[in-house]
Amino acid sequence: MKIAVCAKQIPDPATPYSLDPETHFVVRPNDQVLDDTDRYGVEMALQLAEANDAEVVLVSMGPAGNLQGVRQALAMGADKAIVVDDEGLRGSGALVTAKVLAAAIQQEGGVDLVITGTESTDGYTGVVPQQIAALLGLPALSFARKVELDGTTLKVERISATGYDDVECPLPAVVAVTSGAVEPRYPTFKGIMAAKSKPVEQPTAADLGIAADAIGEAGSGQEITSVEDAPSRTAGTKIVDEGEAFQAIVELLEKAKVI
Amino acid sequence: MSTHAVRPGLVHPRDFLETDRLLDDQERLLRDTVRRFVDDKVLPNVAEWFEAGTYPREMAAEMGALGLFGMHLDGYGCAGTSNLEYGLACMELEAGDSGTRSFVSVQGSLVMFPIWAFGSEEQKQEWLPRMAAGEVIGCFGLTEADAGSDPGSMRTTARRDGDDWVLNGSKMWITNGNLADVAVVWAKAEEGIRGFVVPTDTPGFEAVEIHQKLSLRASVTSELVLNDVRLPAGAVLPGVVGLKGPLSCLNEARFGILFGAVGAGRACFEAALDYAGERVMFGKPIASFQLIQRQLAEMAATVNQGTLVSYQIGRMKDAGDIDPAHISMGKFANVRGALEVARTARSVLGANGITLEYPVIRHMNNLESVYTYEGTHEIHTLIIGQALTGIGAFE
Repeated sequence: MKIAVCAKQIPDPATPYSLDPETHFVVRPNDQVLDDTDRYGVEMALQLAEANDAEVVLVSMGPAGNLQGVRQALAMGADKAIVVDDEGLRGSGALVTAKVLAAAIQQEGGVDLVITGTESTDGYTGVVPQQIAALLGLPALSFARKVELDGTTLKVERISATGYDDVECPLPAVVAVTSGAVEPRYPTFKGIMAAKSKPVEQPTAADLGIAADAIGEAGSGQEITSVEDAPSRTAGTKIVDEGEAFQAIVELLEKAKVI
Repeated sequence: MSTHAVRPGLVHPRDFLETDRLLDDQERLLRDTVRRFVDDKVLPNVAEWFEAGTYPREMAAEMGALGLFGMHLDGYGCAGTSNLEYGLACMELEAGDSGTRSFVSVQGSLVMFPIWAFGSEEQKQEWLPRMAAGEVIGCFGLTEADAGSDPGSMRTTARRDGDDWVLNGSKMWITNGNLADVAVVWAKAEEGIRGFVVPTDTPGFEAVEIHQKLSLRASVTSELVLNDVRLPAGAVLPGVVGLKGPLSCLNEARFGILFGAVGAGRACFEAALDYAGERVMFGKPIASFQLIQRQLAEMAATVNQGTLVSYQIGRMKDAGDIDPAHISMGKFANVRGALEVARTARSVLGANGITLEYPVIRHMNNLESVYTYEGTHEIHTLIIGQALTGIGAFE
């Protein structure tokens, strides 16, 4: 059995992000970290792999840099990594990203289960998992807070607005796990030492059979025309309690879909 | 071509001199892993441990699973990292608490190291894998109530009786004494000082916990009493006779401490920096005041200096070109610096600086112990003095 995990390297969220003044793209330093939301996908893959004797392959797109973020996932226990790094991919939108990841998964071959996070911390589109599933012609099980594998049947608890749904499908499939679904393990020191000798393939888009005009900003049919600072936070609303404040609070909570 | 452009606005307050650039990605990954572990498992609980004067035994298994124990040793279940990586782990652990770092120093450098370096194959097989996993906890008995900086004056004796050894005496200020399953005890035999691997359930062995401490409270400290402790011939460490045995262990532990102290200092500096930005007095954050800015600048410089000193000594140890005096200079300079930073941070935090809600007073009190143990500040001063002048001033 083989499990592919989509994992993204992103600039350390603890450091301020900067945008390239000409292209408006996020400046990606050589050192990038594993997106925190992907630690849950990696952990989920490792737990399923341990229970089902599976191989775990990381699939990633973006500037490889020094591979620190990918090594973090390898140190947790993944077996190998495929990092699609191609200058032409700069500025690609969500759909192109999904096409590249799907092509890498297809080229790897024999993948029974694709695991992703719900959305990346630096991009926040939240559509890539479903797009990968559509491109591969597989069922997409999203927002999973619990994942079980029973033979070749995948069962998940999918978080909904009011609770969760029990959803199941046959393998192969794509599942997007939520943060907190599992407790990600720490990479052990032995894992860290072993990670440097695990294989990391670095194909280009062309190696995956994707044409140069189908990727990047142009291939995505998008263009960033201008960038503005986010509006600074405004002062909150003060509710003076004259015996009716609870109603205002209930309305606020309902609006926030907390209750 | 060299570039001379100076571009303002490039400073990261938490890594002013960009010392991260001196580490490779594996070193950073290991460091970040320990930092996360400390954030998750130590910092949320350590104030409570400190207040209660305890250290939970369960932490041993978690630290063992990560690979912290004997991490820089090869084989026998140890991870086999570099010395610098061991130092980086100590730095992060002590940014949590000196007690947690002490636990790892004792287990790895003071107990596993002598078994690994001087032990028989049987001793290594019996103890090291279980110690690496944190299933077995060790302690190190060298210091006595009346033999501190001069361990050669120890009174604990090892007498041969047929094939057996019989140990008598007592050891003082023993970290993990009451938690330990095994002790490495140094005692005077006819031929000189010998090391013994002593299971703590051996008849005649007793550990008595030391209470009323106001430093390293999140760490267990004990007195060991050895009353006709009878050991088989296989209990002695065969590979070393004389003081160089225990001193080589201390050298290993000091190496971790010179990194660890920087971590404690860094934690205090960061607490002060955050606090100064938030605390409003006279209508503005206290970070606006010149006297506070001076304190922040002093602390930042000391923490950055300490980081650079430790990385340099780490690289020297990995290259195999290191004298004990190099390690002494690191311990001397970095612990002194960390203590100054802790006291300065305490002042920046005002009254809040004395509560366990902030890490500062805990680090400050801990560092008073770190200043004295593993070679007092004064002894390290004399080791540096001897290396500088060629003249020993110990006696």
